[in-house]
Amino acid sequence: MQTKQQKTPLWREEFSVFKNDERYVSRRQLTKFLTLTSLAMFAGNIWILVRSLWKGKAAGLPGVAIARAGEIPVGGVKLFQYPVQGEQCILVRTAEETYAAFSQKCTHLSCAVYYSKESQDLVCPCHEGHFSVHDGSVLQGPPTRPLPAVTLQRRGDELIAIGMTNTGAD
Amino acid sequence: MRAERFSQQGRGLTVIDGALALIVMLLMVQIWLLSATLDAYLAGHGEAALPGAIVSGLLFAVCAGLYLFVRRIERAAKD
Repeated sequence: MQTKQQKTPLWREEFSVFKNDERYVSRRQLTKFLTLTSLAMFAGNIWILVRSLWKGKAAGLPGVAIARAGEIPVGGVKLFQYPVQGEQCILVRTAEETYAAFSQKCTHLSCAVYYSKESQDLVCPCHEGHFSVHDGSVLQGPPTRPLPAVTLQRRGDELIAIGMTNTGAD
Repeated sequence: MRAERFSQQGRGLTVIDGALALIVMLLMVQIWLLSATLDAYLAGHGEAALPGAIVSGLLFAVCAGLYLFVRRIERAAKD
Protein backbone atom coordinates (compact mmCIF):
# COMPACT_ATOMS: atom_id res chain seq x y z
CA MET A 1 0.00 0.00 0.00
CA GLN A 2 1.40 3.41 -0.98
CA THR A 3 1.38 6.37 1.38
CA LYS A 4 0.06 9.77 0.32
CA GLN A 5 3.58 11.21 0.29
CA GLN A 6 4.71 8.57 -2.20
CA LYS A 7 1.70 9.21 -4.41
CA THR A 8 2.34 12.96 -4.67
CA PRO A 9 5.49 13.68 -6.65
CA LEU A 10 7.80 16.47 -5.46
CA TRP A 11 7.14 18.69 -8.48
CA ARG A 12 3.42 18.67 -7.69
CA GLU A 13 4.15 19.71 -4.11
CA GLU A 14 6.40 22.56 -5.24
CA PHE A 15 4.18 23.73 -8.13
CA SER A 16 0.80 23.38 -6.61
CA VAL A 17 -2.27 24.30 -8.66
CA PHE A 18 -4.28 25.11 -5.54
CA LYS A 19 -4.00 28.66 -4.27
CA ASN A 20 -3.98 27.72 -0.57
CA ASP A 21 -1.26 25.12 -1.07
CA GLU A 22 0.75 27.68 -3.05
CA ARG A 23 0.76 30.00 -0.01
CA TYR A 24 2.26 27.22 2.07
CA VAL A 25 4.94 26.54 -0.52
CA SER A 26 6.01 30.19 -0.75
CA ARG A 27 6.20 30.49 3.05
CA ARG A 28 8.15 27.24 3.38
CA GLN A 29 10.61 28.37 0.72
CA LEU A 30 11.11 31.72 2.45
CA THR A 31 11.65 29.93 5.77
CA LYS A 32 14.20 27.64 4.11
CA PHE A 33 16.04 30.62 2.61
CA LEU A 34 16.14 32.43 5.97
CA THR A 35 17.36 29.28 7.75
CA LEU A 36 20.16 28.88 5.20
CA THR A 37 21.07 32.55 5.75
CA SER A 38 21.22 31.79 9.47
CA LEU A 39 23.56 28.89 8.67
CA ALA A 40 25.78 31.27 6.70
CA MET A 41 25.94 33.64 9.70
CA PHE A 42 26.90 30.71 11.92
CA ALA A 43 29.58 29.66 9.44
CA GLY A 44 30.94 33.23 9.55
CA ASN A 45 31.22 33.07 13.34
CA ILE A 46 32.95 29.68 13.12
CA TRP A 47 35.40 31.14 10.60
CA ILE A 48 36.26 33.97 13.00
CA LEU A 49 36.72 31.44 15.82
CA VAL A 50 39.02 29.23 13.71
CA ARG A 51 41.08 32.25 12.60
CA SER A 52 41.31 33.41 16.19
CA LEU A 53 42.47 30.00 17.47
CA TRP A 54 44.82 29.39 14.57
CA LYS A 55 46.52 32.79 14.81
CA GLY A 56 46.87 32.37 18.56
CA LYS A 57 48.91 29.21 18.04
CA ALA A 58 51.00 30.58 15.17
CA ALA A 59 54.71 31.02 15.70
CA GLY A 60 56.05 34.45 16.66
CA LEU A 61 57.12 36.92 14.05
CA PRO A 62 60.76 37.08 13.02
CA GLY A 63 63.16 39.69 14.36
CA VAL A 64 64.21 42.09 11.62
CA ALA A 65 66.71 44.96 11.86
CA ILE A 66 64.90 48.02 10.55
CA ALA A 67 67.20 50.94 11.34
CA ARG A 68 70.26 52.13 13.22
CA ALA A 69 69.66 54.28 16.30
CA GLY A 70 71.05 57.57 14.99
CA GLU A 71 69.93 57.03 11.43
CA ILE A 72 66.90 59.31 11.58
CA PRO A 73 66.66 62.71 13.34
CA VAL A 74 64.15 63.48 16.12
CA GLY A 75 60.76 63.93 14.41
CA GLY A 76 62.02 62.00 11.40
CA VAL A 77 60.52 58.88 9.92
CA LYS A 78 61.66 55.80 8.08
CA LEU A 79 59.48 53.43 6.10
CA PHE A 80 60.10 49.72 6.21
CA GLN A 81 58.27 46.48 5.43
CA TYR A 82 57.30 44.13 8.24
CA PRO A 83 56.56 41.28 8.93
CA VAL A 84 56.50 40.39 5.21
CA GLN A 85 57.31 42.21 1.99
CA GLY A 86 54.48 44.51 0.97
CA GLU A 87 53.31 45.25 4.53
CA GLN A 88 54.41 48.85 4.78
CA CYS A 89 55.24 50.22 8.26
CA ILE A 90 56.41 53.58 9.55
CA LEU A 91 59.11 54.18 12.17
CA VAL A 92 59.02 57.54 14.00
CA ARG A 93 61.68 58.96 16.28
CA THR A 94 59.50 60.82 18.75
CA ALA A 95 62.29 61.92 21.14
CA GLU A 96 66.05 61.55 21.49
CA GLU A 97 65.80 57.99 22.79
CA THR A 98 62.21 57.11 21.92
CA TYR A 99 61.04 55.31 18.80
CA ALA A 100 57.62 54.06 17.76
CA ALA A 101 56.62 51.99 14.77
CA PHE A 102 53.21 51.17 13.32
CA SER A 103 51.62 49.62 10.29
CA GLN A 104 51.15 52.36 7.73
CA LYS A 105 47.76 51.00 6.71
CA CYS A 106 44.87 53.04 8.15
CA THR A 107 42.34 50.80 9.92
CA HIS A 108 39.48 52.67 8.25
CA LEU A 109 39.97 52.13 4.51
CA SER A 110 43.67 51.20 4.30
CA CYS A 111 45.11 54.50 3.08
CA ALA A 112 48.75 55.10 4.04
CA VAL A 113 49.16 57.20 7.18
CA TYR A 114 51.99 59.75 7.55
CA TYR A 115 53.61 61.46 10.53
CA SER A 116 52.60 65.08 11.06
CA LYS A 117 55.28 67.11 12.88
CA GLU A 118 52.78 69.92 13.54
CA SER A 119 50.19 67.84 15.36
CA GLN A 120 52.71 65.14 16.41
CA ASP A 121 50.42 62.29 15.43
CA LEU A 122 49.87 59.92 12.56
CA VAL A 123 47.39 61.25 10.02
CA CYS A 124 45.40 59.48 7.34
CA PRO A 125 44.99 61.91 4.41
CA CYS A 126 41.91 60.19 2.97
CA HIS A 127 39.37 60.94 5.72
CA GLU A 128 41.38 62.91 8.29
CA GLY A 129 41.80 60.06 10.73
CA HIS A 130 44.35 60.82 13.48
CA PHE A 131 46.25 58.21 15.52
CA SER A 132 48.45 58.65 18.57
CA VAL A 133 52.14 58.28 17.75
CA HIS A 134 52.71 56.76 21.20
CA ASP A 135 50.33 53.78 21.14
CA GLY A 136 48.50 53.96 17.79
CA SER A 137 45.11 54.67 19.42
CA VAL A 138 42.48 56.63 17.50
CA LEU A 139 42.45 60.34 18.37
CA GLN A 140 39.82 61.50 15.90
CA GLY A 141 38.18 60.71 12.59
CA PRO A 142 36.30 57.73 11.20
CA PRO A 143 38.66 54.86 12.18
CA THR A 144 37.38 52.82 15.12
CA ARG A 145 40.38 50.54 15.64
CA PRO A 146 43.97 51.45 16.63
CA LEU A 147 46.89 51.08 14.25
CA PRO A 148 48.75 47.77 14.58
CA ALA A 149 51.95 48.58 16.50
CA VAL A 150 55.35 47.09 15.75
CA THR A 151 57.17 45.94 18.89
CA LEU A 152 60.72 47.28 18.87
CA GLN A 153 63.83 46.12 20.66
CA ARG A 154 67.17 47.87 20.78
CA ARG A 155 70.25 45.72 20.32
CA GLY A 156 73.37 47.87 20.43
CA ASP A 157 72.73 50.66 17.98
CA GLU A 158 70.27 48.63 15.96
CA LEU A 159 66.50 48.76 16.19
CA ILE A 160 64.91 45.35 15.76
CA ALA A 161 61.23 44.71 14.99
CA ILE A 162 60.24 41.62 16.99
CA GLY A 163 56.45 41.44 16.70
CA MET A 164 53.15 43.23 16.26
CA THR A 165 50.22 44.05 18.52
CA ASN A 166 46.62 45.18 17.81
CA THR A 167 46.66 43.16 14.62
CA GLY A 168 43.28 41.59 15.20
CA ALA A 169 44.87 38.22 15.72
CA ASP A 170 46.08 38.39 19.28
CA MET B 1 -16.20 19.67 5.65
CA ARG B 2 -14.68 21.98 3.05
CA ALA B 3 -15.17 25.03 5.32
CA GLU B 4 -13.49 23.19 8.17
CA ARG B 5 -10.53 22.37 5.95
CA PHE B 6 -10.15 26.02 4.89
CA SER B 7 -10.36 27.14 8.52
CA GLN B 8 -7.64 24.64 9.47
CA GLN B 9 -5.47 25.85 6.58
CA GLY B 10 -5.94 29.46 7.65
CA ARG B 11 -4.82 28.64 11.19
CA GLY B 12 -1.80 26.82 9.77
CA LEU B 13 -0.83 29.87 7.74
CA THR B 14 -1.12 32.11 10.81
CA VAL B 15 1.17 29.80 12.80
CA ILE B 16 3.69 29.73 9.93
CA ASP B 17 3.59 33.54 9.68
CA GLY B 18 4.38 33.73 13.38
CA ALA B 19 7.30 31.33 13.00
CA LEU B 20 8.56 33.37 10.03
CA ALA B 21 8.45 36.60 12.03
CA LEU B 22 10.42 34.91 14.82
CA ILE B 23 13.05 33.64 12.36
CA VAL B 24 13.45 37.15 10.91
CA MET B 25 14.05 38.57 14.40
CA LEU B 26 16.55 35.82 15.25
CA LEU B 27 18.35 36.45 11.97
CA MET B 28 18.66 40.15 12.73
CA VAL B 29 20.23 39.31 16.09
CA GLN B 30 22.58 36.87 14.35
CA ILE B 31 23.67 39.46 11.78
CA TRP B 32 24.38 41.95 14.56
CA LEU B 33 26.29 39.25 16.47
CA LEU B 34 28.46 38.44 13.46
CA SER B 35 29.33 42.09 12.83
CA ALA B 36 30.08 42.68 16.54
CA THR B 37 32.28 39.57 16.76
CA LEU B 38 34.16 40.52 13.59
CA ASP B 39 34.69 44.04 14.85
CA ALA B 40 35.99 42.76 18.20
CA TYR B 41 38.29 40.25 16.45
CA LEU B 42 39.73 42.93 14.16
CA ALA B 43 40.28 45.16 17.18
CA GLY B 44 42.44 42.43 18.72
CA HIS B 45 39.86 40.91 21.09
CA GLY B 46 39.93 37.30 19.93
CA GLU B 47 38.31 36.14 23.18
CA ALA B 48 34.90 37.29 21.86
CA ALA B 49 35.01 34.69 19.06
CA LEU B 50 34.05 31.64 21.16
CA PRO B 51 30.93 33.06 22.88
CA GLY B 52 29.91 34.62 19.56
CA ALA B 53 30.13 31.25 17.79
CA ILE B 54 28.22 29.46 20.57
CA VAL B 55 25.35 31.97 20.62
CA SER B 56 25.24 32.04 16.81
CA GLY B 57 25.04 28.24 16.79
CA LEU B 58 22.15 28.31 19.26
CA LEU B 59 20.30 30.87 17.14
CA PHE B 60 20.83 28.73 14.05
CA ALA B 61 19.53 25.67 15.93
CA VAL B 62 16.36 27.58 16.85
CA CYS B 63 15.92 28.74 13.22
CA ALA B 64 16.37 25.16 11.98
CA GLY B 65 13.87 23.95 14.57
CA LEU B 66 11.36 26.54 13.40
CA TYR B 67 11.90 25.47 9.79
CA LEU B 68 11.14 21.85 10.69
CA PHE B 69 8.11 23.06 12.63
CA VAL B 70 6.87 24.96 9.55
CA ARG B 71 7.27 21.83 7.42
CA ARG B 72 5.35 19.77 9.94
CA ILE B 73 2.52 22.30 10.13
CA GLU B 74 2.37 22.42 6.31
CA ARG B 75 2.10 18.65 6.05
CA ALA B 76 -0.50 18.49 8.81
CA ALA B 77 -2.62 21.18 7.16
CA LYS B 78 -2.45 19.51 3.73
CA ASP B 79 -3.41 16.05 5.01
